[in-house]
Amino acid sequence: MPADQNIASMGGTRLSLRWSRPALVLAGLTVLALASIVLFMTLGAKGSWSFVLTFRGKKLLSLLLVAYSVAVSTVLFQTVTNNRILTPSIMGFDALYVLVNTAIVFFLGVGALTAIDSQVQFLMQVLIMVGFSSVLFRWLFLGEERSLHLLVLVGIIFGILFRSLSQLMQRMLDPGAFNVLQDTMFASFATTDPTLLGVSGVIVAAVTLVGWRMMHSFDVLSLGRAHAINLGVDYKRTVAIILVLVAVLVSVSTALVGPVTFFGLLVATLAHSLVGNSKHRYVLPAAVLLGIVALVGGQTLLERLFAFDTALSIIIEFLGGVVFIILVLKRSAR
Amino acid sequence: MQAPHVPILVLAFVVTLALGSISLFVGVSDVSLPALLSGTANGRAVEVLLISRIPRTLALVLSGASMAIAGLVMQMVVRNRFVEPSTTGTSESAALGFLVVTLVAPGWPLMAKMAVSAVFALAGTALFLRILRAVPLRDVLLVPLVGIMLGGIIGALTAFIAYRANLMASLLAWTMGDFSGVIRGRYELLWIGLACCAAAYVAADRFTVAGMGKDFTTNLGLNHKRVMTLGLVIVSLVSAVVLVSVGSIPFLGLIVPNIVSLTVGDNMRRSVPWVAVGGAAMVLICDIAGRLIRFPYEIPISVVMGVTGAAIFLYLLLRTPRHAS
Repeated sequence: MPADQNIASMGGTRLSLRWSRPALVLAGLTVLALASIVLFMTLGAKGSWSFVLTFRGKKLLSLLLVAYSVAVSTVLFQTVTNNRILTPSIMGFDALYVLVNTAIVFFLGVGALTAIDSQVQFLMQVLIMVGFSSVLFRWLFLGEERSLHLLVLVGIIFGILFRSLSQLMQRMLDPGAFNVLQDTMFASFATTDPTLLGVSGVIVAAVTLVGWRMMHSFDVLSLGRAHAINLGVDYKRTVAIILVLVAVLVSVSTALVGPVTFFGLLVATLAHSLVGNSKHRYVLPAAVLLGIVALVGGQTLLERLFAFDTALSIIIEFLGGVVFIILVLKRSAR
Repeated sequence: MQAPHVPILVLAFVVTLALGSISLFVGVSDVSLPALLSGTANGRAVEVLLISRIPRTLALVLSGASMAIAGLVMQMVVRNRFVEPSTTGTSESAALGFLVVTLVAPGWPLMAKMAVSAVFALAGTALFLRILRAVPLRDVLLVPLVGIMLGGIIGALTAFIAYRANLMASLLAWTMGDFSGVIRGRYELLWIGLACCAAAYVAADRFTVAGMGKDFTTNLGLNHKRVMTLGLVIVSLVSAVVLVSVGSIPFLGLIVPNIVSLTVGDNMRRSVPWVAVGGAAMVLICDIAGRLIRFPYEIPISVVMGVTGAAIFLYLLLRTPRHAS
């Protein structure tokens, strides 16, 4: 269904002066996102503004980076796998990142973590993560044809396997090493990890640059493998590059706030249904803006109005689970 | 036809018995045969054996056997190979029920709390079946997928309530299966699991028939609904009992019946003893491994089971490409 729609809308250029639906959606979302940012920075502020602004500014920056990475990685992953249900976190990529981290401490010792500069170390982890996730992805997706349900189930079970393996290794570490690991790894929306802000920002900017130059091929890719090859896209190369981008973005977001299974699915699904077509130059910004509204707005609402601090991830998991079941049921009802 | 299996079953039983006796002697405190026989002045070895080791081993055998049987019954009733209490929202509902009753009536005896937890488990499973009925086209893999997600949603709800009530630590303890806290007086509820296993064995033929579908069951003169209800009650009771006593043990009810059915087939009357013995052996092995890997510390069984169970589940899923639909 999306394929026909795409071809149709790509062929005809629209010359109306009225705002199109995607443009309206983007404008509305921008306003909402800006409003949540302003509220996040100012609501309930007491004392010196310079302190409040720098303190909250760091948190805001991490939330923005997370919203951006999760939204972009999810949309791109769905484009590559050509479906709207799978996301990197459902396939266990977040858990894989945690596992890679734990394995480094487990096999190399705490010395490895404390001796190296935390930013260099982060870059190393990202590299290892890119390697492992590409192997996993290639094995699952580029081999024989598998049904979508099998892939999702296998992905979820892989996630459980990775999490259990990390737990097993963490239990086998001595408590001192475990504390070091926990400090570097387990962040949440309320307590983001500020040390990695700089390097994450640079990485995300680089990813964006690469992604920007490939923007035109994303739309073609979402038509499916056969169409994409037929239209002259170097399929294998493009998919490989996108996978690297996705793995890098997942590492960034997991390092900043820890694993969140359903956030990406929630944001990407909403973006697709709001925008109404599958052109990446609308869907990508819409997903990012939705991510900002959900994270920054949600965190403001919970922290300032309801005084829950770490509940945002629980709420996102709850809503995401409901959306997931609806999506799966709708798909199989068709 | 049944004959060739019996000697092997006896062998499996003996192996499980051997594992059980190993479990009696593994631990920090010195409980070895010489220590027991020498009858040292304080009799500490005997005390440890009676208060901690024997109850722990019994708890392992009972919960292993009953969880595996619960998985088998569930697979028959839902007619899907990949369901068990932790892939249908049953375990998560039991945890929710236990949390709610702990909040509302903290003074109730454990037995009553367990009963409430079982009722929640039953309701959660019923909800799962209700959702499944809304799916016209039933893919084999869709069923556990929906179940895991439903479990996730119920788990998020439970986590939220626990978070608001400052009970996150207790919730973690319930959901994480761990036998290290089992001592005399804290595992006896698990005997209910044995009763459930016996009930499953008695009603095995009915479940086998129910596994062939509603029309077939009705045609043979059985009340399909009643068989379903019996099965779900068994599953819910076992899940609640195990959860309340030792915490949840993931994947056990899924992998043991699947491995058994690969070798013995789908006649439930014949597979019940195999599944019970296999479940007990599996839990014994995982718990002994958890005690030995990081001696003298212990690794909870839910972690060990999570690794082995997930790996075996993946193997079962990816074994043959015939699932592609």
